[in-house]
Amino acid sequence: MSLFALDAGRLKLHRRRKAVNAVALTLSLAAMAFGLFWLAWILFETIRLGIGGMALSVFTEMTPPPQADSGGLANAIYGSLVMVLLATALGTPIGILCGIYLAEYGKQTWLGSVTGFINDILLSAPSIVIGLFIYAVVVAQVRSFSGWAGILALALIVIPVVVRTTENMLSLIPNALREAAYALGSPKWKVISSVTLRAARAGVITGVLLALARIAGETAPLLFTALNNQFFTSNLGEPMASLPVTIFKYAMSPYENWRELAWVGVFLITLGVLGLNILARVLFRKKH
Amino acid sequence: MPVTLPAQNVPPERAAAQPLSGGAPPSHTQRSPWADKAFAFAAQSAAWLTLALLAGILASLVFGAWPAIREFGIGFLFSTDWDPVEDKYGGLVMIYGTLMSAAIALIIAVPVSFGIALFLTELAPNWLRRPLGVAIELLAAVPSIVYGMWGLLVFGPILATYVQQPLQSAFGDVPFLGTLFSGPPVGIGLLSAGIILAIMVIPFIASVMRDVFETTPPLLKESAYGLGSTTWEVVSKVVLPYTKTGVVGAIMLGLGRALGETMAVTFVIGNFSQVDSLSLFEAANSITAAIANEFAEADTKLHQPALMYLGLVLFFITFCVLALSKLLLMRMKRGEGTRT
Repeated sequence: MSLFALDAGRLKLHRRRKAVNAVALTLSLAAMAFGLFWLAWILFETIRLGIGGMALSVFTEMTPPPQADSGGLANAIYGSLVMVLLATALGTPIGILCGIYLAEYGKQTWLGSVTGFINDILLSAPSIVIGLFIYAVVVAQVRSFSGWAGILALALIVIPVVVRTTENMLSLIPNALREAAYALGSPKWKVISSVTLRAARAGVITGVLLALARIAGETAPLLFTALNNQFFTSNLGEPMASLPVTIFKYAMSPYENWRELAWVGVFLITLGVLGLNILARVLFRKKH
Repeated sequence: MPVTLPAQNVPPERAAAQPLSGGAPPSHTQRSPWADKAFAFAAQSAAWLTLALLAGILASLVFGAWPAIREFGIGFLFSTDWDPVEDKYGGLVMIYGTLMSAAIALIIAVPVSFGIALFLTELAPNWLRRPLGVAIELLAAVPSIVYGMWGLLVFGPILATYVQQPLQSAFGDVPFLGTLFSGPPVGIGLLSAGIILAIMVIPFIASVMRDVFETTPPLLKESAYGLGSTTWEVVSKVVLPYTKTGVVGAIMLGLGRALGETMAVTFVIGNFSQVDSLSLFEAANSITAAIANEFAEADTKLHQPALMYLGLVLFFITFCVLALSKLLLMRMKRGEGTRT
């Protein structure tokens, strides 16, 4: 075989490899564009259809009956705010404590590793199952749907999120910091609460914000715990309206005014959730 | 790990105070065994609470589903009846809908997520990596109800006109594909649910895959580049073999999400509990959609237990998938230390 033929073979192989590479990289670029395309489209439609219905009455008036002329989402917004905030207030301390256990106490113990594992499963567990659980444990026993049941269901979703971030953030704190505090004679609870937890504060707050963002848009666990309410109520023992459940009901309906309000609701939720996410990122980044 | 406190060997009052200049620190910071114990106890109880949560969920589902389990037994999983009037229930239609929509979602999402992860780790210029990564993560944060409503009112009609109708006219007469594409092209059904689910899980899979790809030691990649490999060869012959456990873990994580997703599916799947054709365009039902739609109004005799039974099946499936995913990702993480 002549040298020339060998070179030709090599060149052919080289060209083929180049071509395969180009195709693969183009496809990868296309995949990226594909992913961003949906984000852009969803955001665009939400803003376009949501902003049209924006008015002051959205925040001041109650959810209307079908085909009414006016009406807003005031009770749903209020219900969502109350339930989301109370659920976060309820779930955060438990989540942080459990995260502390995983990072500071249970590193080598079986309880620590099993809890960490189970927590990660709860983190991605279907949220509707949480709703079923609270229905069976609370609603079926009390025999009434209530705001409290909704709060409990949402709190159960907050816990794993906060646990995961707290554990991760505490694990990032260098051991030298702990040892320095111990060397000064601090007891363990003092080391954790005023040294490691304080050093990890930004990360833990990020986790709480992310949990807040996560439950703000949760619908499934509220469907048969807090149910819905067409009227304003501040009594947490009664069924309570929330933004996501109202959107669900209105979007599936054939009435024009309900659908319009549903788009406004979707706009508000998207705005709130993405805002919280961006805030969490900014906060975390400033610290690191 | 246990740290021996030097303070334990010296008289309590003056323990840590000696080496410090200035006044002695308040003594209550040095010795408060009860506070230490209480704190440890609180932390440990929180951990137990998380475990109890899982046990409680399982127990309440089994308990709530018991009448249906006793009535229908394991045959529930293979029966297609779903008749609240006659009180006859079987979950096959919903289980099929859940599995099928998740399968469609993965078929679309896996290659796309792989492409995105490849782009973010090997292709994108450095200044672009972060903003693009954040954009993908934001896509994951959009609440599922937004996807659902968008899917029903915006995407569905477009899918019907521009995808389903052409597919039908092109493949309507082909034996197997024809069945898949039969049915009314209204933009509601398994195909729409699968596509929306794909859009939802792409960011999850992509961001985990990106993290997994980044664990490849740079030295390995640089050696391959140094031998003259193209980017694609580095990814397919070095990065992918090195990270295969993690990649499978990422896909399983996405699958777990897709199986348990409720709102996005409920909007577009059509909520129709009788399936008599294999068509992807026909309205169908999934476990989550059936529970979301029927549970609040179901009577407590057998309908609710049957829905609880479905919930139990769903929890079992997702539990297995997520546990597997977690184990794979953990194995990947452990291997990291030994192989690099």
